[in-house]
Amino acid sequence: MSTIEISCVEVWREISNFLDDQISAEMRKRMEAHFKQCSHCKAVLDGTRNVVGLVGDGKLFQMPEGFNKRLYKKIQGLP
Amino acid sequence: MSMAQSQLRTNEAELIKSVCAGDREAFYELVCPYERMIYATAISVVKNPADAEEVAQEAVLKAFSHLSSFRAESKFSTWILQITYNEAKMRLRKARSHLYESIEEPRPSEDTDYWPKDFADWRPIPSELFERDEVRQAIQNATNSLSRIYREVFILRDVQNLSTKETATILGISEGAVKIRLLRARLQMRDALAPGIDGCGVKGQPYQKVRPW
Repeated sequence: MSTIEISCVEVWREISNFLDDQISAEMRKRMEAHFKQCSHCKAVLDGTRNVVGLVGDGKLFQMPEGFNKRLYKKIQGLP
Repeated sequence: MSMAQSQLRTNEAELIKSVCAGDREAFYELVCPYERMIYATAISVVKNPADAEEVAQEAVLKAFSHLSSFRAESKFSTWILQITYNEAKMRLRKARSHLYESIEEPRPSEDTDYWPKDFADWRPIPSELFERDEVRQAIQNATNSLSRIYREVFILRDVQNLSTKETATILGISEGAVKIRLLRARLQMRDALAPGIDGCGVKGQPYQKVRPW
């Protein structure tokens, strides 16, 4: 049985859920088939995945120096 | 709940008991593992590092004084991040109260779709690239350029790796809203970053935008 084709717009709407694996198996199949033929959507998918991969180590925001010490002091000073 | 998770809960429950019995050190021990998450939640709302630190510290002190109202059926981390989020919004409101601008929530444009603006191929980037300051700066700038409601979701979900459910609880919105906002945030981040981070300066090849229309 062939997969039902979907439009680019439908693909974009689900691209984030696709990356998080929060779509049905059926939708995944349709999207995968679409990515094989559509270089634009494939580029959007790769780029979006890059974004998620780049920021995902939790270290994007450096803690201000001494944050820990100041917090400890505040807690010590609690009534 | 996994073994590790239930172990963590038991430890936290013990610490909470000690705190209620007057042990300050136990409170520090309880909060310490979540420091970075607390700070990130604060900065997702207020943007500025100095304000974020003040909000984070205020939130921790508030958590201390309300610890007896913490109910064990929720996760301690979710609870303290909720406090942080509310504290950050309060600060934002105070900062704007002297302005004539609206202090209402930014209107989510969830009913209007956001579509990608650029279709150039963005090849995988070497991970060591992230260590470079200018790349980190570019990502921070792009994050700051998002509207607040998208930035909050992006930071909790993608930077701090919280689940959709936890993010929804902290922000007080539905899981569906988290997903829709995350989609938009990611697409906007991609549009903002792709031109700068691609091969340019790494492979020495300028990035070519591709717009089919």
